[in-house]
Amino acid sequence: MARNSNKINSKEVKIDVHYLTRVEGHGNIVVDVKQGKLAKCEFQVIESPRFFESMLVGRSIWEAQHITSRICGICACGHSLASIKAGEDALGLVPSEEVISLRKLLLHAEIMDSHILHIYFLVAPDLLGIPSVMPLIKTDRPIVEMALRMKRMSDYAGEVLSGRHIHPISYVIGGLTQLPSRDGLEKLYKLMLDARKDGEKTVEILKKLKFPEFQRKTQYMSLTRKDEYALYDGNLTVNGESETGAINYKDLLRETAVEYSRAKIASIKGKPYAVGAIARFNNNFRQLNEKARRAAGEFGLKAPCYNPYLNTAIQLVEWVHCLEESIKIMEKILKSGLREDKIVTNSWPKRSEIGRIRYKPNTGIACVEVPRGSLFHDYSIDERGNITQANCVIPTNQNMGNLEEDMRKLVPELLGKRTQGQITLDLEMLARSYDPCISCSVHLLDVKFVNS
Amino acid sequence: MRKTKPRVAFFDFTDCEGCQLQFANMGEGLLQLTELVEIVNFREIMSEAGQDYEVAFVEGSITTESDIKRIQEIRKKAKVLIALGACAATAGVNGMKNRFPLELAKSRVYGDKAGTVNTIASLPLHKVVKVDYFIHGCPVYIPEVLQVVKCVLMQKPYALPNYAVCVECKMNENVCRYEKDQECLGPVTRAGCNSWCINNGNRCYGCRGLVDNPAADAQKDILLKYGLKADEILQRFNLYNDSLGEKYGQEFK
Repeated sequence: MARNSNKINSKEVKIDVHYLTRVEGHGNIVVDVKQGKLAKCEFQVIESPRFFESMLVGRSIWEAQHITSRICGICACGHSLASIKAGEDALGLVPSEEVISLRKLLLHAEIMDSHILHIYFLVAPDLLGIPSVMPLIKTDRPIVEMALRMKRMSDYAGEVLSGRHIHPISYVIGGLTQLPSRDGLEKLYKLMLDARKDGEKTVEILKKLKFPEFQRKTQYMSLTRKDEYALYDGNLTVNGESETGAINYKDLLRETAVEYSRAKIASIKGKPYAVGAIARFNNNFRQLNEKARRAAGEFGLKAPCYNPYLNTAIQLVEWVHCLEESIKIMEKILKSGLREDKIVTNSWPKRSEIGRIRYKPNTGIACVEVPRGSLFHDYSIDERGNITQANCVIPTNQNMGNLEEDMRKLVPELLGKRTQGQITLDLEMLARSYDPCISCSVHLLDVKFVNS
Repeated sequence: MRKTKPRVAFFDFTDCEGCQLQFANMGEGLLQLTELVEIVNFREIMSEAGQDYEVAFVEGSITTESDIKRIQEIRKKAKVLIALGACAATAGVNGMKNRFPLELAKSRVYGDKAGTVNTIASLPLHKVVKVDYFIHGCPVYIPEVLQVVKCVLMQKPYALPNYAVCVECKMNENVCRYEKDQECLGPVTRAGCNSWCINNGNRCYGCRGLVDNPAADAQKDILLKYGLKADEILQRFNLYNDSLGEKYGQEFK
């Protein structure tokens, strides 16, 4: 890491952050300023490719959820849900309302879990000027305990609903393999009610921290629905316009190869775009519940927001939204109970029938809003139900081009005002504010391995 | 010399990073753990990158030439090296990559840019360096992780269960999947997860690897009887197992 230069008016700035820390996966930031001009500005994804799309070929559609969950340890539930929905689309299955409501609950839990991890463990240390949350264990133990308690609440939700949060077990095509236990649901409901005050306290803490100032308007893409803050389903929207069904995603967005990174750069109408909390907030502010809108007010956040650093604050607004929505769903479940016949299903067809079943060859496409943005799964199956083609489009890939555009605007604004060390930190923080999930992004495309 | 807490580092190779996140999901338990050990390197949540460590938890599979060099460096520094999770211990789902010729896998995912992709067959850590402790599972099961941590702290070996998941499943009083006209890899898979997936209504996918002497032939006969093709049976086995095609590559063909 080149952080040693303290010259402010340097015309030569060379930044090479190898293995960016406090992000999920491996990425480098490379910036090269020659004679005051930005010669190079790249976010390089260097994680090894994983070949999920190739692994899926020949596999049964009934195990796609199990396999694709393993793309990412943070958004395992999101991958599972996108996979299940795509599988159902290919098989022509429609789950019950009860199942959909349990899926929304799991998705809310995962968004809360991921956002709290990002806010406290990955971003807050930057704002506090410390290298990680570890020193806080000694200096501010109650805050660390609160962060872990909030994390534990959403993680427990994964346990109660699907057996575990990382690589959920019981959520499958068609329904759940077993009902969540009544005891577990009641305990979870209590934890959720208790979490409200932790949420309020977190708003207070985050409000006092200063996010860097930076503005760049871009295209914001997310799912959208008139009747709710779209997460589980909806139509694709860009800056409130050009709505289309998720099934037409290939008409809307394009992915292009770049030389230096294992992730493709995505674009809409030839330009980069942003997905994730900030995009959802900008497109769907009106659908946020009242408490979430109030939390946004605490940060002075208004839609549209053009400061990517504020993505972290918006994540907290979404956390508040998801908690309140989860409490509503939980109250309904606890009041009316869960009907086994509407929910419980086997994870695979019967053993005595599986070899004989013939399917209609088909393609299934689905999109889910996961913590970092719109996630697409797209599979084709043959008559035995085996996958013949698979494609997954990941939020981090979609954000990559936008992050670089931000860096290209930001670096010249900082030259002459900040030292190389400060610029490096500003860029690291910018990359982290996108909450990049690099494990996810690298199954897609790589051109060259960067060894710096 | 004053006795200090063992210095622990976490490293990840090719994987989903879910096993190290299992630590973050321990909640308060994580704080208790930091009282027993000093975490000096954990890139996912720390910018400090301590190079002075005794115990290395290593997650993920080896999938590039540079991974090989990196794991060898870690091995040189660590007194104790722990393979954390399926990807590190058996190559996990990454092993499925090895089922296809690398060139085909590359062209399927990367199209005409396939030629420039740098990748080798997915390897578990012990194919490259000596591994002192194995923690199986996708993801790892925290009660077992804690058991291994205890063994590491007491400098004792951890004895992996060498009986099938069925044993734990019976203790949990689950109805056998075969009784329910389902398939299950429980009869051939190494226990230690407390039959996690079956307890939750699903089946065993074999993520912990096979027991030392699995009744693979009997398992295969059952599956064949129900009209599954040989390649489909092989797939049930190799979702997690036999990443290098050493054991069951030929028998089913």
